[in-house]
Amino acid sequence: MARPVAIRVLGWLAVLALLAGLGMAFGYAPREAIQGNVQRIMYVHVPAVLTAYLAFGLVLVGSIGYLASSRAGWDRLAASAAELGVLFTGITIASGSIWGKPTWGTWWTWDARLTSTAILFLVYVGYLLLRGLVDEPERRGRFAAVVGIVGAANIPIVHFSVKWWRALHQPSTILGPEPSPIAAPIAAALLVNWVAFTLLFAYLLARRIEIARLEEAAMGGVLRAR
Amino acid sequence: MTGYARRVGIVLWKDLLVERRSKESLNALFFFGLLLLFLFQFSLGSDRARLESALPGMLWLGFVLAGLLGLGRSFLAERENDCWEGLVLTAGDKSAIYLGKLAANVCVMGAVELVILLLFGLFFDVDLGRAAAGLAIILPLGTLGLAAVGTLFAAVTAQVRARELLFPVLLLPVQVPVLLATVSATQVALAGQPLGDAAPWLRLLAGADLVYLVIGILTFEFVLEG
Amino acid sequence: MIAAAGLRKAFGPVLVLDEVSLDVPAGQCLALLGPNGAGKTTLLRVLATVTRPSAGSLRIDGVDALCDPDAARLRIGMVAHGSYVYEDLTAVENLRFWGAMAGLDTSPERLRERLQAVELDTVADDRARTFSSGMKRRLALARVTLGRPRVLLLDEPFTGLDRRAQKWLDEFLLAFKAGGGAVVLATHGFTSALAVADRAIILSGGRLVLDRPAAGLGRDELHRLYDDLIEAPPVGRP
Repeated sequence: MARPVAIRVLGWLAVLALLAGLGMAFGYAPREAIQGNVQRIMYVHVPAVLTAYLAFGLVLVGSIGYLASSRAGWDRLAASAAELGVLFTGITIASGSIWGKPTWGTWWTWDARLTSTAILFLVYVGYLLLRGLVDEPERRGRFAAVVGIVGAANIPIVHFSVKWWRALHQPSTILGPEPSPIAAPIAAALLVNWVAFTLLFAYLLARRIEIARLEEAAMGGVLRAR
Repeated sequence: MTGYARRVGIVLWKDLLVERRSKESLNALFFFGLLLLFLFQFSLGSDRARLESALPGMLWLGFVLAGLLGLGRSFLAERENDCWEGLVLTAGDKSAIYLGKLAANVCVMGAVELVILLLFGLFFDVDLGRAAAGLAIILPLGTLGLAAVGTLFAAVTAQVRARELLFPVLLLPVQVPVLLATVSATQVALAGQPLGDAAPWLRLLAGADLVYLVIGILTFEFVLEG
Repeated sequence: MIAAAGLRKAFGPVLVLDEVSLDVPAGQCLALLGPNGAGKTTLLRVLATVTRPSAGSLRIDGVDALCDPDAARLRIGMVAHGSYVYEDLTAVENLRFWGAMAGLDTSPERLRERLQAVELDTVADDRARTFSSGMKRRLALARVTLGRPRVLLLDEPFTGLDRRAQKWLDEFLLAFKAGGGAVVLATHGFTSALAVADRAIILSGGRLVLDRPAAGLGRDELHRLYDDLIEAPPVGRP
């Protein structure tokens, strides 16, 4: 388990990276010609969705790990990652919505990424709902793991089906960086922000897992699994 | 007959027998289909063009809602007299129970879908003949995808509080991409286009079905012994 | 035949079984007594491998039930409250289902023979929904003896049975013991279980508070023991 010092260092690194990312998003990256400054929200929107995918990937890892070993640590990983995944998915949707309103006049566009993200949001909210309804820790971990695995397997299926559906029906602009070649400053700003988000995620994850561990200990001891 | 196949067979036999005797699901689903028919007629009946373009979506909406009702009740018989416990105590690979239940669900859902389809064809004067070959492939693929996850989640939620609420919350988001594919493919079939046009959708469906089936087989024992 | 040591079972923070050990040799019957909430049903479920214990060991007929639950299950017959009866199926169909699930011979002759043994052959083709609880219990016994279990675990088998059925069950269990099987019987009822039991244990608050031969254990004696030994709620509950 990561030591408290290491976690705190991670936290500060995340703050620094976020500040750097903010600076780059506003200072370094160019102002978009047509959309104006609102396009800069992309530097939140894209890293957020990438981080959400990372989170859901970890949910898959934790779920499989728990089913295979019955060790509570894996379940804590899955649960904490799912919560953060829902958070970052929420950020993705909100930022996409905010981007869309001044740009296309509507709060919601059935853009491929937004649609996929919304579906994932619902899947993992369901995951958290399930966890909330089961009291016994071993059962909760198992049921959640099964749902987590289905949710993760669903991600590529969602990606392809939504992409093809979009290609068929509405060829309007997608929210996101322009197709290659991406200008260097934009790519750099995106990269820095992405790293910042990942660091933030890692910090929050470590903290959340720690809290989960303390909760379990307070509840009368972690069950020694067989 | 190997033990595994025998157990799959006997679960299928038992479920179909119980279904035929109690007639609970079949009746409810049948009348539900009729109700949908009337609703769609009232809202869309006057405009032929709108009706035709909405038909694939309407059909699958009907199938999914009927499926929700039927699937959610998959393990209801097991709650009486501790039969669930009896299933836990059977020796051997528990996935046989999953496959047996899945097969029974597909049979029941398939029967209901066929009836709804024929009714729709009759009352909305739709040429099903030219679409028959395509539908014969699309319907089973779509139903299998719905039932594969539905049976698994039904087993999870059967043991959880607020089952009726949680089951659709868990199942529907996962089904969205499958629905995208089935509705798109059905559109192609009903429009009389060659089935090859829907090939990518069918491939996606087949892939999704395979993934869900494998997950169901591998994880069912963890749900049963939860 | 049944060897359990140090069984513990916790549901979250609540400890329902606390260091329970017991031994039932072949041909013997153990009566499991105790007030409601003492953990009798949980103990039975652990012995039946329905529930995994949080700690401890369990051997059934030489098989490590925790490492290889499936092998243990082949040797166990469990008759719980629920009796595992599908209400919409007939007696024969119920037997056929459970028999096939256990990989046993389910030829019509075999099924009818079993139903005869429990005196249900006259209602073999009636839906189980029409059965009394005593009949469902007998159907459950037909189910568990379709195979040849070495261990029978029964949870309150005498409740809801009339005199005649109780006597029938007594004889059934005696015959089972004579055949070399082991029985664990959880019950409230004092005298009915004691007729067949060789040994009695009392569970209270998840702990074993008594373990002695059943001989000489009369109604009054048991009442006194219950009064003396009944404890506070299980460990862990506020």
